[in-house]
Amino acid sequence: MGRRTESVIMAMDPKTREEVYGQVGDMLAPGQTMASIGDDITSVILTKKPPRGWYIGLGISGLLMGVLMLSVGYLLMKGVGIWGINVPVGWGFAIINFVWWIGIGHAGTLISAVLFLFRQDWRTSINRFAEAMTLFAVSAAGLFPLLHTGRPWLAYWMFPYPNTLGMLPQFRSPLIWDVFAVSTYATVSAIFWYLGMIPDLATMRDKTKVGIQKIIYGMAAMGWRGSALHWHRYEVAYLLFAGLATPLVISVHSIVALDFAVSVIPGWHTTIFPPYFVAGAVFSGFAMVLTLVIPVRKMYKLEHLITLRHIDNMSKIMLATGLMVFYGYLNEVFFGWYSAHEYEMFMIWNRMTGPYAWSFWMLIFCNGIVPQLLWFKRIRRNTIAIFIISIVINIGMWLERFVIVVTSLHRDFLPSSWDMYAPTVWDWGMYLGSIGFFFFAMFLFLRWVPMIAIFEVREAHHKQEHKH
Amino acid sequence: MPSLRPEDMNITRDDLMNGHRPGQRATILAPRGDDPVQQQQNEVFDAELNRRLDIGEVREKLAGKEGPAFWQSMEELSEHPDFTELMEREFPRMAPRFSEVDRRGFLKLMGASMAMAGLTACTKQPTERIVPYVRAPEEFIPSKSTFFATSMTLGGYAMGLLAESHMGRPTKIEGNELHPASLGSSDAFAQAAILGLYDPDRSKKVLQQGVPSTWAMFRNAMVAQLQMELNTQGAGLRIVTEPVTSPSIAAWIHRVMERFPRAKWVPYDAIGRDHAKAGAQAAFGEHVDTIYHFDRADVVVALDVDFLGEGPAHVRYARDFSARRNMAEDGVQMNRLYAVECVPSMTGATADHAIPMRASDIEKFARAIARYLGIDAPGTDLDASRAMHAKLIADDLKKAGSKAAIVVGERQPAAVHALAHALHDVLGAAGDAVTYIDPVEVDAPERQSSLKELAEDMEAGRVRAIAFLDVNPAYNAPADLNFASLMEQVPFKAHLGLYNDETAQLCHWHVPMTHFLEGWGDARAFDGTLSIIQPLIEPLYDCHTVHEVLAATLGDEEQSAYDLVKSYWQENGLADEKAWRRVLHDGVWEGSAFPAKDLRAKTRIDASHTQESGLELVFSADTATWDGRFANNAWLQEMPRALSKLTWDNVVMMAPSTAEQLNVAKGDVVTLTVEDRTVNGPVWVMPGHAPDSVSVQLGYGRTAVGAVGNGIGFNAYALRSSSAPWIQPRAQIALAGERYPLATTQRHHQMDGIKDRNLVRIASLDYFLKNPAFAHKKSHDPKEDQTMFPLYDYSQGYQWGMTINLNTCIGCNACLVACQAENNIPVVGKNEVANGREMHWIRIDRYYSGDLDKPDTHMQPVTCMHCEKAPCEPVCPVAATVHSADGLNQMVYNRCIGTRYCSNNCPYKVRRFNFLQYTDETTPQLKLLRNPNVTVRTRGVMEKCTYCVQRISKKRIAAERDHRTLQDGEVQTACQQACPTRAIVFGDINNPDSEVTRMKAHPLNYALLGELNVRPRTTYLAKVKNTHPAWAGEPKA
Repeated sequence: MGRRTESVIMAMDPKTREEVYGQVGDMLAPGQTMASIGDDITSVILTKKPPRGWYIGLGISGLLMGVLMLSVGYLLMKGVGIWGINVPVGWGFAIINFVWWIGIGHAGTLISAVLFLFRQDWRTSINRFAEAMTLFAVSAAGLFPLLHTGRPWLAYWMFPYPNTLGMLPQFRSPLIWDVFAVSTYATVSAIFWYLGMIPDLATMRDKTKVGIQKIIYGMAAMGWRGSALHWHRYEVAYLLFAGLATPLVISVHSIVALDFAVSVIPGWHTTIFPPYFVAGAVFSGFAMVLTLVIPVRKMYKLEHLITLRHIDNMSKIMLATGLMVFYGYLNEVFFGWYSAHEYEMFMIWNRMTGPYAWSFWMLIFCNGIVPQLLWFKRIRRNTIAIFIISIVINIGMWLERFVIVVTSLHRDFLPSSWDMYAPTVWDWGMYLGSIGFFFFAMFLFLRWVPMIAIFEVREAHHKQEHKH
Repeated sequence: MPSLRPEDMNITRDDLMNGHRPGQRATILAPRGDDPVQQQQNEVFDAELNRRLDIGEVREKLAGKEGPAFWQSMEELSEHPDFTELMEREFPRMAPRFSEVDRRGFLKLMGASMAMAGLTACTKQPTERIVPYVRAPEEFIPSKSTFFATSMTLGGYAMGLLAESHMGRPTKIEGNELHPASLGSSDAFAQAAILGLYDPDRSKKVLQQGVPSTWAMFRNAMVAQLQMELNTQGAGLRIVTEPVTSPSIAAWIHRVMERFPRAKWVPYDAIGRDHAKAGAQAAFGEHVDTIYHFDRADVVVALDVDFLGEGPAHVRYARDFSARRNMAEDGVQMNRLYAVECVPSMTGATADHAIPMRASDIEKFARAIARYLGIDAPGTDLDASRAMHAKLIADDLKKAGSKAAIVVGERQPAAVHALAHALHDVLGAAGDAVTYIDPVEVDAPERQSSLKELAEDMEAGRVRAIAFLDVNPAYNAPADLNFASLMEQVPFKAHLGLYNDETAQLCHWHVPMTHFLEGWGDARAFDGTLSIIQPLIEPLYDCHTVHEVLAATLGDEEQSAYDLVKSYWQENGLADEKAWRRVLHDGVWEGSAFPAKDLRAKTRIDASHTQESGLELVFSADTATWDGRFANNAWLQEMPRALSKLTWDNVVMMAPSTAEQLNVAKGDVVTLTVEDRTVNGPVWVMPGHAPDSVSVQLGYGRTAVGAVGNGIGFNAYALRSSSAPWIQPRAQIALAGERYPLATTQRHHQMDGIKDRNLVRIASLDYFLKNPAFAHKKSHDPKEDQTMFPLYDYSQGYQWGMTINLNTCIGCNACLVACQAENNIPVVGKNEVANGREMHWIRIDRYYSGDLDKPDTHMQPVTCMHCEKAPCEPVCPVAATVHSADGLNQMVYNRCIGTRYCSNNCPYKVRRFNFLQYTDETTPQLKLLRNPNVTVRTRGVMEKCTYCVQRISKKRIAAERDHRTLQDGEVQTACQQACPTRAIVFGDINNPDSEVTRMKAHPLNYALLGELNVRPRTTYLAKVKNTHPAWAGEPKA
């Protein structure tokens, strides 16, 4: 799609435009050519000036990054006592945020690896984007377990490395499983993302006219020439990585779930946690992809590449995983009652009626009721509605972790130890700061890396045109 | 006595004297966000500017100048090295101008500054030894501690203690088994005294009107002043002291009185025993002391008194009393305790029947009981339910006969005390459950005057010289005396005290007093037993004893505090050096207790005037700061009060029903008005408090005690009047419209969630006798072998375990403070307590059951249970908490990275985390305080009870060296050793004969949260209540 097609589409009034794309129902809007796809995606980086929204977004997220730096600096100076945690609530925002960010990361891997293995070609328009999101979300998540320790400068003791103490980590601890699960996940995600980008980096190298960019993209492209042998090796490697990454989608959040499930605390000690955490992770991940993709496609005018079909498909996945998560909530309540165990029963009762009942009921509203709107096609294809729903789900998934971490801990076995947890300004600083970090990285990604996999879209375009 | 100077401990006396106010202490108290570092710098800076100049030196300088000399300030003129330094720091570029000197000038200046450096030091510079001891002092072995007997006094009465000394510095206090008031146990005050010794805010120098001076100058001034007083035979001289039981101080006072026959001695204690004395006077016509023998008492009635928690013999009484409640021992016949009280106390919590009653109604109730027992005690009738209770109590007392004891609190008027004496007489208890002895307090009626008379004399201008020895009436005198303003009229005032306190600041002279661990003295226990107060360390500062000041009054040749005490005893029965040493070693003079007297009490007791109805205001001594003297002791401030679990504040306590009537809630600030004096304080709604009664605790609102105690709480003395020191019937209360944050360590007080959690298991005595194993019917403890995995073999070697007897625990907090002292546990301050971050390794959970107005109160000490299958261990990612072969759940501080996962996974929530840097690592005094055998923890590290592993190791190593196994009872944990009631038993559960094994085999033994299958090594002995069968509303089993 060159300037001509674009101008034609833009000339339509919004409603018609929506209708045209909606009726087509294809992955790509009509009128694309191989060249126009490449031009559209690379021009964002090479020729067009970034849209105004990009500057504003980068500015705000940069400010929040500053908040993160300040919060971390003060934390290192003073200790975790600057947060609202106490005994009995030894984990607060830090762990909630960790689980939340890890969960968000899941959509990227699911889209790029699982959907790839299932030959879901519609993923091509969004996989690069979603993978980048995964990477930044995992980085944001990784901040928290490190900084939430009392002595972060010794956190490397959680890694098995040869040392004069003759000490290995304590492998029975789920936190050690976390270290392995998250670090493996981060590594595989990063490599997978980079691998998938190599042909496009070569395209960038070839298209750019700026010397320094040529050098950087050239080095990053690692000598990609697009020969048949290259393509062959690439396809095999990509398939292998997709195979490797797929089990990680399941393992990472299962293991994060075990942080809780392995303990003896009512509200944590639950066997349903691993599957329900994975479903929740995919749920929140897709919500975050939608939250990002809807404004971006608008901002960069990429509606013809990321179409309503994509949004519709992602909404369906959200609906499915949302139902699984809701089933998990109901299950917890049922087994709390069915256990006939004083502490389990009290835990459920306290969640529903205790001082943090607002969080539980908001959670049910956000994650249980609001996603039911996704049954309707009209809503699935209404970008504004989906954008709002995705944000509601993001909030709901954060609340889910809040409910699990805080309400379970704040009233456990001995009433004498019961207490309340209230976040301090530094808790918020770390949380908002991590959001800033995530978006800052996303904005840089949008500016310097092809946000849509050019060659994959071309391939999809080819298939769409030739119906094979 | 070990003689060690602080210099020998790498801490110079200068460090202690100037002791920079450390940043950390400021952090503790300052709200979050304050910058302690800045504060510290300011203070250092101010200190420099405030350093005093020697004017004479400056004059000399000026005289030496030739021609017109220009000078900007006297500091500059003196060319004080400090000034040069300050100048250099302030104006770095100017600095060279001040030091532009030639070679000769430089040499001169160097000589001069060295000489002047000598001048600036008013204390001796530390001796630096470069060779080790050629002959080491005896028993002076690094890492080995030695114990010395000494005594601590409170209100004049002694409690015998053993102080542990590490390389010459006292670090821990224990009870003295030979001493009748201790029997090896101690209380929170005694445990916290060690922090009192090292309190960096203690007064350090003799002050003349706030300006540092010297002891010699004080002596001269005193002698000169008293020379003038001789003309009038000392008519203008007054000596104010605490009540005195010390024979040597009494002798000195006597000598002063002989020299100044018209002088007066004013023994004064804000808490005091005036009503008890007047009661004895009324009943017997003479002043006698009552001694209770609770080990013989079957029925005890406590009338408005916390005899288990307060008073000169409370530790001993708690032991005797609880010996009759330890149902895990064979052949114990359980006693029954009725507590009629206005303010809930430990005694009420322990009682089988606690009856909340307005303090002014208690006399009426006591009279009714007395009438049932045939005493002529006219009074109005009670309402039906009270009359029934009075009748039941009277019948029970009658049944107990000579095995009955009636204890009356100081708050009650003399008539109630007299009634108790009459009751003892009628029941035949005198001589059995109760004995009488001559007063332990020294009395000199003809030479004595009361504080009120003193105030009158001061007002009339009859007082010309006054000495306050270890008293602080400017703070704690009844407000209607206006004592502080009357003091202005006295031309010469001297004060001796631990702190430069409210009284000291109004005096011309202030002399720092020795702590009891620094200075010689003597005192008697509640039963007259004499102890010598033996110091363990040379005074840290320029401190002096009461003896020294009294001796100075006479202007005699100066003698050391030791000679002053010893010389007295050489003339009074301990002339033999061996006998003297024996008394020092044992901490008691055997056989010095007073013999019991045979007395008959009057049985006609006239009623005192009490108010019949309306809201009353009641005063009580605070269980942490007492009369205010411990206000600067952070351990006590942070000690959760036994019943309220409140820290760092005093409050206006009232019953829930009264709060409803007044429409106030916890934390609301109310204004209390007595006559024209008002005080604002926060409300605390206290279940079990008497209705229509409001109580406040004395000992807060101090203004001149130190950084910890200044300005916290409100000063209830301002409401006290000399005519109504304890019960103020004419008080008004009004909402002030503000809220005040209060910090408690326990916010939930019910044991129930949805069902009963059976945390404290309890039955009535009857039910227990029929179902001895009742405690086990309430739990579903898993069987030992229900596991897929082989269990660790704990059948070999020592296996440590503990039992805590809930029936004898009175919740007194001695264990808590003992643990804090033993294990270097930091104080976190009010804000951090409010944040839920207190660090105590042992806590005493307090639960209520039953009626809100008349609840049953249950105490349950909780500490690390050392679970065999500890949930904390498998979740630690770095193996920082692990299990030892002898069954200890260990915490490896160095390995801990602070994930707090262990704390989250602990069902008992006994783990404590250093969320911030809580330990003060900079104040030199506090370095001396610490137990060298326990690691000091930094921020980011988890900690918890270790079963005092350092004590286990010490004894085990000693036993191994002797090729023997440890005997039962050889290892005592700090909490166990301090416990007055022996509720905590610790030992080897592999030893079939050990006490702990015996306790664990008892049917009352149960595991808290045993159903979780964590297999705790600490278990509890269930509670049994000996309720009266006919009492309405007895607790169900």
